[in-house]
Amino acid sequence: MSRRTRRWSEAMLTVSGPLVLLATWEWLSRTARIDPTFWPPPSSLWETFVSLIREGGLLGDVRVTLVRILGGFLLGAVPGVALGLAMGLFWPVRVLLMPIATAVYAVPKIAILPLVVIVFGLGESSKLAIVAISIFFLVVLNTMAGVQAIDPSYRDVARNLGANPLELFLTVALPGSLPAIFTGLRLALGFTLIVIVGTEFITPGDGVGSLIWESWQRLAIKPMFIGLVVTGLLGWLLTVLLDVVERWALPWQARE
Amino acid sequence: MPSGPKEVGSVSQAGILTRSTTIESPILRPTRNGRLQQEISGARIRVAGLGRRFETAHGYLDAIRGVDLAVEPGEFCVIVGPSGCGKTTLLRILAGLDRQTSGSLDLSSPGSEPPTNAMVFQGRSVFPWLTVRQNVAYGLKLRGVGRRERGAAADSLLDTVGLSRFARAYPHQLSEGMRQRVAIARALAVDPDLLLMDEPFGSLDEQTRFLLQEELLRIWEQTGKTVVFITHSIDEAIVLADQIVVMSAQPGTPKVTLTVPFPRPRSLTEVRGNPAFAPLFNQIWELLRDEVHVARRFEGAKR
Ligand SMILES: Nc1ncnc2c1ncn2[C@@H]1O[C@H](COP(=O)(O)OP(=O)(O)OP(=O)(O)O)[C@@H](O)[C@H]1O
Ligand SMILES: [Mg+2]
Repeated sequence: MSRRTRRWSEAMLTVSGPLVLLATWEWLSRTARIDPTFWPPPSSLWETFVSLIREGGLLGDVRVTLVRILGGFLLGAVPGVALGLAMGLFWPVRVLLMPIATAVYAVPKIAILPLVVIVFGLGESSKLAIVAISIFFLVVLNTMAGVQAIDPSYRDVARNLGANPLELFLTVALPGSLPAIFTGLRLALGFTLIVIVGTEFITPGDGVGSLIWESWQRLAIKPMFIGLVVTGLLGWLLTVLLDVVERWALPWQARE
Repeated sequence: MPSGPKEVGSVSQAGILTRSTTIESPILRPTRNGRLQQEISGARIRVAGLGRRFETAHGYLDAIRGVDLAVEPGEFCVIVGPSGCGKTTLLRILAGLDRQTSGSLDLSSPGSEPPTNAMVFQGRSVFPWLTVRQNVAYGLKLRGVGRRERGAAADSLLDTVGLSRFARAYPHQLSEGMRQRVAIARALAVDPDLLLMDEPFGSLDEQTRFLLQEELLRIWEQTGKTVVFITHSIDEAIVLADQIVVMSAQPGTPKVTLTVPFPRPRSLTEVRGNPAFAPLFNQIWELLRDEVHVARRFEGAKR
């Protein structure tokens, strides 16, 4: 298969999956094989969507959630990468922090929300904090593993050709651990979405999560579905964005 | 791969002259076009009673012990020996990447500067995150050579190893043999006084191997570097070396040092066709066979 045909087929398959799902849903709902009260046909959601944008402040909710995701992601990922590199490079740092990192990593993050609220209050900062904290250790552990997995012969080559510690870091440790860092960031991005929607459930106000939760409590099924779809789209969009960044940062990786 | 005409007849005289004048500086060494050129770049190696002991979970392991070795500036020294006899360990110590636990090591060059070295590593060593050209220019970049200058140097070496077309490619797009050529070009790029090569042609097909052997000899003859070269191939040892060091099984120590009598510059086909080739080959094989048996028994006993 040529590259072009392959690309085209990929695009077709990507679109057809969701389309088939929506079509099936539409048909089942219209023929009342599933209860249209709880499973309204997707076509009927369009109206709700438009009115939510016009009067319901949907765009505002999306913006708020997006800011929380991106802000929390950066706040957690940047220090996470830094600490992960330090733990990978220096064994005392690693030995010192490893027990804490693995233990905290295992705790379901939503469970520490009360603590976060005690520290950061009910406002915006606690939402950024919970996202940042929940991905921090994930990024740390992936980054550290990435540094440790670098073939020692690369370090030898650099030393043999006269690299000082800074050059060793910049030309070997950093590029060598980037693939693992991105694996961590990809996982982390998924987590940010889970955690922020969960948090918005519990602390209602604004954001896509509250839209879903409040609609559900009013038994307003259609807005609830809009909230779900928007969440899915957000996740998809952010993943694509990260893909683009990764391709730019790792031009040297073998890809199929 | 560009491989110019060899003017064997016109310089063989000079080649012999070189061999006998390596003891004291300055060294005269023939260039490819037969001119004699003064070279003061090669490193001189004096190793005495060198040992390296590793601490392992099951106690001590002497990788090498009591190694004596003398390599003159501009000399091509090849080390052969059974697997696990400490060849890589010795080379890493020569490269300054590891330290001996006993004995002494003295590297000097006829010039006053301490000699520089570059190592071609066994196995994977080409940075996957740099392009072929960036890999070759890496050492020059560390030395602060300007972008344009190091690019030009890299391109000329890529031409030498036949990879010009792949300058912008990433290593994963290359074959194993091509990657190994990148590693060799990278070591040559910094123009070291001492070139340390750990089975550099081990992963290559025979044709490429022959071409690169010729190319290496040509570069060596032009530049007067000292080379320490590890191989498992007896044929390769003979066609390349001035001096062949046969190592014993673990703990590794030089068992016999042989001088290879063939004149320089060498044509590989001529060396292989020389009546003295087969006896030398057999002699080395006899020496190695005993050691390989010892190594096998040793490895078996370890398990
Ligand atoms: N860092 C290390 N720690 C412990 N033992 C080591 C270490 N490096 C090497 N050794 C041991 O030293 C011995 C010699 O290893 P070395 O790699 O020098 O062998 P070699 O002659 O290069 O073998 P080969 O021909 O297979 O490459 C081996 O038994 C090896 O297990
Ligand atoms: Mg080895």
